[in-house]
Amino acid sequence: MDFAGGKERLVVIGNGMAGMRTVEEILQRAPNKFQITVFGAEPHPNYDRIMLSPLLAGDKSFEQIVINPRSWYEENGIELISGEHVDWIDREKKLVRGAEGSVRDYDRLLIATGSNPFTLPLPGVNRPGVMTFRSVADVEEMLAIAQPGRKAVVIGGGLLGLEAAHGLNLRGMEVAVVHLMPTLMERQLDASAAHLLEQKLVQRGMRIFTEASTVAFEGEDEEGRVNAVRLKDGTRIEADLVVMAVGIRPNAGLARAVGLACDRGVLVDNMMRSSDPAIYAIGECIEFEKQCFGLVAPIWDMAKVAADHITGVAETVFAPVATGTRLKVSGIEMFSAGDFLGGDGAEDIVLRDAARGVYKRLVLREGRLAGVVCFGDAADAGWYFQLLKEGQELGALRDTLIFGPVATASDPHESLAMLGDEAEICGCNGVKKGTIAKAIAGGCASVEAVRACTKASASCGSCTGLVEGLLRLSLGSDFTPVKVKPVCKCTSHGHDEVRRRIRGQELKTIQAVMQALEWKTPDGCASCRPALNFYLLCEWPGEYKDDSQSRFVNERMHANIQKDGTYSVVPRMWGGMTSAQELRAIADVVEKFNIPSVKITGGQRVDMLGVKKEDLPAVWADLNAAGMVSGHAYGKALRTVKTCVGSEWCRFGTQDSTAMGIALEKTTWGSWHPHKVKLAVSGCPRNCAEATIKDFGVVATDAGWDLHVGGNGGIKVRATDLLCKVTSEAEVMEYACAFLQLYRQEAWYLERTAPWIERVGLKYVQERIVDDAEMRRALHEKFLYAQQFVQQDPWAEEAAGPRTQYNPLAELV
Amino acid sequence: MMDMNPKEIFRFDVGMLEDVPRLGSRCVKTAQGHVAIFRTSDDQLFALRDECPHRGAPLSQGIVHGTSVTCPLHNWVVSLQTGAVDAPDEGRVETLDVRLENERIILTVLP
Repeated sequence: MDFAGGKERLVVIGNGMAGMRTVEEILQRAPNKFQITVFGAEPHPNYDRIMLSPLLAGDKSFEQIVINPRSWYEENGIELISGEHVDWIDREKKLVRGAEGSVRDYDRLLIATGSNPFTLPLPGVNRPGVMTFRSVADVEEMLAIAQPGRKAVVIGGGLLGLEAAHGLNLRGMEVAVVHLMPTLMERQLDASAAHLLEQKLVQRGMRIFTEASTVAFEGEDEEGRVNAVRLKDGTRIEADLVVMAVGIRPNAGLARAVGLACDRGVLVDNMMRSSDPAIYAIGECIEFEKQCFGLVAPIWDMAKVAADHITGVAETVFAPVATGTRLKVSGIEMFSAGDFLGGDGAEDIVLRDAARGVYKRLVLREGRLAGVVCFGDAADAGWYFQLLKEGQELGALRDTLIFGPVATASDPHESLAMLGDEAEICGCNGVKKGTIAKAIAGGCASVEAVRACTKASASCGSCTGLVEGLLRLSLGSDFTPVKVKPVCKCTSHGHDEVRRRIRGQELKTIQAVMQALEWKTPDGCASCRPALNFYLLCEWPGEYKDDSQSRFVNERMHANIQKDGTYSVVPRMWGGMTSAQELRAIADVVEKFNIPSVKITGGQRVDMLGVKKEDLPAVWADLNAAGMVSGHAYGKALRTVKTCVGSEWCRFGTQDSTAMGIALEKTTWGSWHPHKVKLAVSGCPRNCAEATIKDFGVVATDAGWDLHVGGNGGIKVRATDLLCKVTSEAEVMEYACAFLQLYRQEAWYLERTAPWIERVGLKYVQERIVDDAEMRRALHEKFLYAQQFVQQDPWAEEAAGPRTQYNPLAELV
Repeated sequence: MMDMNPKEIFRFDVGMLEDVPRLGSRCVKTAQGHVAIFRTSDDQLFALRDECPHRGAPLSQGIVHGTSVTCPLHNWVVSLQTGAVDAPDEGRVETLDVRLENERIILTVLP
């Protein structure tokens, strides 16, 4: 055996979910046994392929779907060779060779090459614009085409196809779904549920073609871009983009080429071993007892079994169990599992609630639950699935079964105690009650500890209550939930928890948040409503509709209320620059509306104080006419970008700080934040723009730019911390946007950057913005994506609108 | 006109329910100053003098929640039903009679 520093060598081909889960399981069992090398064909760290749909829909960013960042590989001493395809295995010499020439020898080899999407062998399939939906690269390609008003055709009305259709629909495309079978998702849904699903999708503006067979992808000339899909009955559907989601097949080509036994996939035994005892295979590339696998749950089981055998710690065997399916389309709850079609000898129990759009069907065989379909309300899906897997006799439970577990146990505590160790508590990560109980017995005494140790409640968080319940059951009075400062008296949840649940449970309205997190008041209060409004705005840009009644007066009126009830108006002056025309327009407005005071602000702008509420829209219209827009001096938003004159005029200036400041302001204006945000750019270290007491300060040097963060004037002065030094304008922009995005997606509402950085630490910020280039780019992109929806001048919109909120309802004088 | 309750003449039709946003407010100008009409999330209407007892700020510009409004200047919370200020602050705002009749908002303003 060839030893590497006393360790055996393990090579993994495939950097996907199956391969890396196995590596995680191996590290848990024997952290130092192997010297591990991972080959990945994609140029990314390991990400959650299931989350490609939310990535396409814009619900998640790439950084949010990364399972193991590059740092994880480093911390665990794993060599990651990404972006390199493996093209040969020499089984005799036990060598793996990559397409770029990397060669690694192995003692154990794990093949986890996944699957390839099936492409239809039809005329025009190679035209630009025709693609599959399998990787981040596919999503990027789709997003390059996806624009509001453009047309997409999705071939395949199964799980993946509908998720793709939903994502493209959310991106504003006109979407048509072409499906070969008479009903959608026929492998997961019966006809009734499929009908409800079709209705829902049509309501969202999609066109659905069932029993439709595609014959060609058409375009301008021989090789031109696709412009239509032709169906067998002659129908022509226009298309700027065609996504084929008609199935997958195991990627067993390499295994087959090197002589491993293969049929559809790599044949493995119940220890996940291939026909070569040194080579294991798992995931979508395998075939086991004539079965291939496309869902994640059985693959997690395979990973455990493979890890047991590779490390030699246990003699477990793989046995596939029933799996359930959920559709990841926000607003549509759907779950199915087992034999949901019933038929011979089966008994059906059906519940329909038309008003709520709910359909539930339970299929019973010999007094046991054999299949379940839930549509419209899948809250009890986990409970049904457990009953199905356990296969226990239902007995008296049968009569109330359709109404869910609430009808069976009135005390939630009691029902939690009654659950067996095999019951699944966390659906996202497949964590069972027994695993959690064991973790608690092993010393985990808080939700955070259980989360870190078992992953329970680590994803969407909706089972946090169950985990707390289990802690209470096991520890009794020894368990005291960590006291987090609640958002306000309307809730017991803290800011972080609220944000996590908004993201994880895809809550998209204030009411939905209050419902899901059990708010104690009907419509919150003046503390929580603005916070929730901001969190939703930040999490769902372009999708969440700003609620003006949940805005503080200043943000609702787009001006600052003064102590006498009048308002102050501050137009934007980009980088503090102005002109004769702007100043003349300001002078005219001041005289025309008898504005009592005019003041130069600390942020290099002009403040008109004492404007009457009724006059606001007319004042704005006049300022707009001179080319000026709102300065957002009233908002928890990007305020000013202060500059000095820089190298343009100053004899000390080293860089053009004014131009840099203007560019920063043009990019970042309009963005909403947890609190006000101020920027500044100084042209030399003399720092005349006072950049080191700003939220983001830029100071030019001979070598480039120093970037400072977390500064603050005000009651408690705080000088900035140096984030890093960069050399180009493009870098200044990227770092600034990434920083603002990180701040606004993680800080608590009304927390400025200074206390935020003191809370999380400068190092935390640097790790994300400076050290991790991929995350920085993702944050930057996310910021720019959100900006497209907010860079409209609110003054122009208000001045052009009905102006009702500025005028009295009636005058009785 | 002869059968009319004398109070009837101080009743004014000031607009439609839809003119006031849910969880929001609109003002009515009267000879005695501004009156704020509030609409709750379940469409109840309330009318109060548009002046916080603290520093006189316009309550109509506050955030409405439940049957209360939070003053925009210093976060005093005022009950829309009684006009009373929530403890620990003290004070009371004058309330006026407002009701919905045939989709119209009818406000009574006594001289």
